Amino acid sequence: MLQIQNLYKEFDGIKAVDGLSFTVEDNSIVALVGPNGSGKTTVFNIISGFLKANKGRIIFDGNDIISLNPFKIARLGIGRTFQNIRLFPQISVLDNVLLGLKYETGHRFSSALFQTKRMKKEEADNIKKAEELLKFVGLAEKRDALAENLSHGQRKLLELARILALEPKIFLLDEPIAGLFPETKRTMFSLIKKLKASGKTISFIEHDLHSVMDIADKIIVLDHGKKIAEGTPEEIKQNKEVLKAYIGKDTL
Amino acid sequence: MEYLIHILIISGIYIILTLSLNLIVGYAGLAALGHIAFACVGAYTSSLLALNLGVSPWIGLIIGAIFASVLGAIVSFPSLRLKGDYLAIATFGLGVIVYSIAKNWVGLTRGPMGLPGIPAFKIFGYEINNVWAYLVLVLIFVVITYVVIRNITKSPFGRILTAVREDEIATEAMGKNVNKYKLIVFVVGAFFAGIAGSLYAHYITFIDPSSFTMMESIAVLLMVVFGGMASLGGSFIGASVLVIFPELLRFLGMPSSVAAPLRQMIYGLLLVILMIWRPQGLMGKYKFK
Ligand SMILES: Nc1ncnc2c1ncn2[C@@H]1O[C@H](COP(=O)(O)OP(=O)(O)O)[C@@H](O)[C@H]1O
Ligand SMILES: [Mg+2]
Repeated sequence: MLQIQNLYKEFDGIKAVDGLSFTVEDNSIVALVGPNGSGKTTVFNIISGFLKANKGRIIFDGNDIISLNPFKIARLGIGRTFQNIRLFPQISVLDNVLLGLKYETGHRFSSALFQTKRMKKEEADNIKKAEELLKFVGLAEKRDALAENLSHGQRKLLELARILALEPKIFLLDEPIAGLFPETKRTMFSLIKKLKASGKTISFIEHDLHSVMDIADKIIVLDHGKKIAEGTPEEIKQNKEVLKAYIGKDTL
Repeated sequence: MEYLIHILIISGIYIILTLSLNLIVGYAGLAALGHIAFACVGAYTSSLLALNLGVSPWIGLIIGAIFASVLGAIVSFPSLRLKGDYLAIATFGLGVIVYSIAKNWVGLTRGPMGLPGIPAFKIFGYEINNVWAYLVLVLIFVVITYVVIRNITKSPFGRILTAVREDEIATEAMGKNVNKYKLIVFVVGAFFAGIAGSLYAHYITFIDPSSFTMMESIAVLLMVVFGGMASLGGSFIGASVLVIFPELLRFLGMPSSVAAPLRQMIYGLLLVILMIWRPQGLMGKYKFK
């Protein structure tokens, strides 16, 4: 589904991503783990087109997408969330989800200008879909609230609902459980498992190695932009390199 | 009475300017500071076409609006790269450029001498030169502008504009081509500002560069902010209040040499009060960040 090949990214002489390669298999959950500053977010930024790599290729469904604009990459079926949550704060929760949904013609300028019947029909259908998605993540009651008035956990869930609306083939979730209460954490993981059960592919970032053991099919451990280990949770548990990288970094 | 109708006509023209700037600033969140430049292009285009080539003001109005749109498209290019304050400065610069062209290209615009004797609109051979008839004409354009901008904003398309305002990166992540929306918004906003300029020129029958200074752009921006970002009702109120209020001073017997600078001071004062008391404007839904 997604292949990262020999990726390099430098910021002012700092190697944020240093010759990284890995594969996200179809219908799997791949966790990207590593201490803060190890380059995880940078990898997602490059895959989703917000940053340009110095070198390397990103193969998605057989095509190299490395030179495409972010909105084109999103349309191809790569949906992402952001570590620091990027919602549309001063509009409603429902509108946030509607912005992820696809329209055939209803989002066009001409549809708006002439207030076409088709636009109104699509809008009505999409409102139903958006409400379903809000129910799915447990935010149905917050439908009309402004996104900025949600709690941290609710905002994380809304960001997930919005990306679900986009119906991507692969989900890139940047620290989906960071800062969540244990209960919301469980909700988030159960939603991610449901996604996988429905045939989706998920890659997510997490700095705490322990939290991903029960959910990931494959774990990739980064340190200083390099992959230091890759394997199933069982294999990672026994990996000496991983233990070394984490010692003194109070995450393990 | 005639004076009252005159004030309503001017209010109507400012309402068109304010609605169209609200689309750019209030909905799409693009800090555009040179809106009067589009009106300037509309006004000079239709006036020069009528004076030099005898083109009907109706056709001039359309061509002027199209020229203004072309300038709008050009102005949108810096908005693709620049954000916030930088975009404000870039659009301010473009406003200054248009003003300087109007002032210094004497061969075409007669510079500071201005263009006198601009013909009026005609309908069935009759000139629309009485204030009542002109008020009706302006109101028709106010309604057209309002309906178009309301339709644009009350739609999935309009929702995307607010998304651009809220977070461009997240909008791109939703598969939306942010640049396309910025372009459309500037083109449409400039189109209606061009119409406003043309309506002004054929009403006053004289234009010179002093009607299109940066102070006017700032005044229109104030009307948007005062009435409320992303509120079309607010734009009606913002434009009307800020046009009519200074006129009241004149009505109270203040000489215009005092009233004119006072207008600017009143605007400044109103803005300060508003920012403290109600930063989203009278009817706005969106606060400055
Ligand atoms: N846009 C950027 N400009 C400059 N440096 C950056 C940028 N993004 C990330 N970095 C740097 O790259 C390194 C990796 O950062 P990041 O990918 O955010 O790590 P992680 O997500 O694993 O915590 C860090 O040293 C960070 O400071
Ligand atoms: Mg990160």
